Amino acid sequence: MRATGGPDVAVGDVLLSVENVSLSFGGVKAVSDVSFDIRKGEIRAIIGPNGAGKTSMLNIINGFYHPQKGRIRFKGQARARMRPHDAAYGGIARTFQNVALFRGMTVLDNIMAGRTLKMHSNFFWQLLRYGPAMREEVEHRHRVEEIIDFLKIQEIRRVPVGRLPYGLQKRVELGRALAMEPELLLLDEPMAGMNLEEKEDMSRFVLDVNDHYGTTIALIEHDMGVVMDLSDRVVVLDHGIKIADGTPDEVKRNQAVIDAYLGVAH
Amino acid sequence: MLYREAGQFKTSYATDQAIFPILQDRIGIIIILVIAFVGIPLIGNDFLTNAVMTPFLIFSLAAIGLNLLTGYTGLLSLGTGAFMGVGAYACYKLTTIFPNVNIIIWVIASGFFSAAVGVAFGLPSLRIKGFYLAIATLAAQFFLEWCFIRIPWLYNYNVSAAIEVPQRELFGIIVTGPRASAETRYLIVLTIVVIMTWMASNIVHGRIGRMWMAVRDMDIAAELMGIRLLPTKLLAFAVSSFYCGVAGALLVFLWYGGAESTVFSINESFTVLFMIIIGGLGSLLGSFLGAALIYILPIILRFVPPQLGLPLHAATVEHLTFMITGALIVFFLIAEPAGLGRLWQIGKQKLRVWPFPY
Amino acid sequence: MDILYKIFLDPFVQMVTAPDLLVQTLWEGMVGGVLYALIALGFVLIFKASGVFNFAQGIMVVFAALTLVGLYNAGISAFLALGLTVAVMFALAFAVERVVLRPLINQSDIILFMATFGLTYFLIGFGQFVFGGDPKVMITEQLYLPKGTVTYKALGGIISLQKLDIAAAIIASAMVAGLAVFFSKTRIGRALRAVADSHEAALSVGISLEQIWVIVWFAAGLVALVTGIMWGARSDVSFALDVIALKALPVLILGGLTSIPGAIVGGLIIGVGEKLWEFYWGPLIGGGTDSWFAFVLALVFLLFRPQGLFGERIIERV
Repeated sequence: MRATGGPDVAVGDVLLSVENVSLSFGGVKAVSDVSFDIRKGEIRAIIGPNGAGKTSMLNIINGFYHPQKGRIRFKGQARARMRPHDAAYGGIARTFQNVALFRGMTVLDNIMAGRTLKMHSNFFWQLLRYGPAMREEVEHRHRVEEIIDFLKIQEIRRVPVGRLPYGLQKRVELGRALAMEPELLLLDEPMAGMNLEEKEDMSRFVLDVNDHYGTTIALIEHDMGVVMDLSDRVVVLDHGIKIADGTPDEVKRNQAVIDAYLGVAH
Repeated sequence: MLYREAGQFKTSYATDQAIFPILQDRIGIIIILVIAFVGIPLIGNDFLTNAVMTPFLIFSLAAIGLNLLTGYTGLLSLGTGAFMGVGAYACYKLTTIFPNVNIIIWVIASGFFSAAVGVAFGLPSLRIKGFYLAIATLAAQFFLEWCFIRIPWLYNYNVSAAIEVPQRELFGIIVTGPRASAETRYLIVLTIVVIMTWMASNIVHGRIGRMWMAVRDMDIAAELMGIRLLPTKLLAFAVSSFYCGVAGALLVFLWYGGAESTVFSINESFTVLFMIIIGGLGSLLGSFLGAALIYILPIILRFVPPQLGLPLHAATVEHLTFMITGALIVFFLIAEPAGLGRLWQIGKQKLRVWPFPY
Repeated sequence: MDILYKIFLDPFVQMVTAPDLLVQTLWEGMVGGVLYALIALGFVLIFKASGVFNFAQGIMVVFAALTLVGLYNAGISAFLALGLTVAVMFALAFAVERVVLRPLINQSDIILFMATFGLTYFLIGFGQFVFGGDPKVMITEQLYLPKGTVTYKALGGIISLQKLDIAAAIIASAMVAGLAVFFSKTRIGRALRAVADSHEAALSVGISLEQIWVIVWFAAGLVALVTGIMWGARSDVSFALDVIALKALPVLILGGLTSIPGAIVGGLIIGVGEKLWEFYWGPLIGGGTDSWFAFVLALVFLLFRPQGLFGERIIERV
């Protein structure tokens, strides 16, 4: 699954880099002068205690928040302000901390909605639901069914998502993000609120997405076991500042990180 | 026993994505269409077609229009009356300036005028959301209502500020004006409504419908998925106003026979809104059911009590209509917020397993 | 050129050359604004305390006024009728809470909003059914509200102010001040604010939602009664008032949905703005512009400041 737009980046090269980014809301500094990069093909974890600015970081990458200072460089192109639409077209997809599915629609429709980017048949054909419009519906239905098979959610295709248990909702959300065929997938606490079995399933899906489709993944996660097992590299934020950056082993042994999590009087 | 999908296997995605995948539903629709096109003109009298079916169809069309905007896209609009008016006055001007062009063409064309106005008043949706957007539509409603009175050009400088529908023909049959027969008018309205409903159904089941519902349910997530909010919302305004405009033109040209600005007041906006609340937001079938309930109610109140020996004043009928409508809204919001449309679906679900309870 | 002069210069010239007319227009605008503010106040009360946008506030104003006049015309003395009307408004608040609000606890705001549409229509029908649809005269004298006008010779002309309007302004100010104090200083006021924030949280600290709602709808009913009396005294009591009540919506937009002082400021801005526009610019386009000016003004305002004058900027969190 390859996204469109922008020059191709080789595996191992930097896909996205965050350069000296600062963001504040009114007087509250969410993120202060943070820089790190994400290499193509890797699984990058962003961790830190609550309120560290992790979700804000993802929102900045997505183009939802605009940093007061600093830039995002994606596939070689630097941007001070990325618009959400551009991020999506550029190949960035994400899931949300509080599941942001479209509650009025079924699982199938939600994932099909993820294909909107790729559907171009014009209004006239849509009115008739014939010709190009119908061909497109069928063609994208094929791709969506591949995702449904991958995530093993065949039985719940036609169930309105509001009725699904939390774990399945998260899986559907992952499917919707995958439908965009992203180059970079941002996962905001994909395992939150799950029991051990569900976490194992989700971890396997994350690894499969990375292996099978080559999608680069940036993930925020609180479960240290998951982070250590899944990720290639980790960046640690605390109170909006980057305090560590490296492989899971390096980060685990970093004193500043240990202090941040256990709590040390500042 | 009757309503089962057993044995109906879909062998391609195309057939699975059909709008009525279940055979019994397809048969049902065909039966309804046959009754509508053939049965009613044969069996019904003028009263049935003129006072009941024609306006019911017209209001259903307006309800579909509003439902596309409010039910599917989540943009509350209180300007339906005014948008219907734009369609009516546009049609009037078009046909008086170009009397030799087919009136049906002008009815459809007037929808485009309404769509343009709708888009103009929908532009604020870029910055304003939810309840506040309703204020923008109120501005549209009152401003356009003012225009209908204060721009004499719209009603051809008629002294009474009213418009009167001129006689027009289609293939030699008189279709508008006082000499057009109730049956002719009914069939034309029916045809237009059926075609436009089919198109609305196509749209909401496809890419555009999903985009609208995404914007309604979680616009931030939709935006982050690459759905551009403003064009999507403006498209909703455009299509919705188109439907309301055509409904307005049909209202004046193929039913009332004339109009003045009070026909398109804020009460009209509320009436249509109540139709879709009771019928079901986000349900095309619900638009029809809601229109039926709200529209038929006063007729029932006018004719049934005298049969039961309780004659009611015309004024009392009106009062009771308001009261019952209001009570029904509250009742539906408590009992089934998704309206009659959902009740229908639940009914079908039960029918699928009938005679077993579940 | 001529048009530009007419739009951009002439009205101001008129304002300066006839300042007595300007002051008169400003006063009329302020009085109208005070009345809008009173209606808005009812909205704010209920919204602040229950998170419900009570579309039926306008019809409650009409209903209160009709009840008062109806009781008086049925032979009851003025102040007794007033007392009974207060009781009726309490009964209404109670009924609304039992029948409409309680079954809809925890439903979304939109649903509650639409429920108040239903309530509005029901009250319109019911009011017309019980009292008849023709306009009635408010019992101004019997309530000892002042009549007549005060005239001043000033600014080269005459300015006349109706005593009733002065009384309305004073009464409204007193009510606003009282309510503002009530909300910030008293225990019940705090409970009301808690309920507006979150039903569930308020329940969990032991606040009885039902009682709070009855209190707040009753308070809004009292505000509606005062508004109805004031408004009915200036023009008749009729159901047209219900549409006028829609004008309170632009007021709320400017003033914010939760701010009591905002309701006043918003009301004054809308009232004065509307009158000035209609008087000086209206004749250029045919008059009658006060049916829509308030809404367009609110709309323009929203485009630049979506949260209103006093509202809080909503930062969306994902």
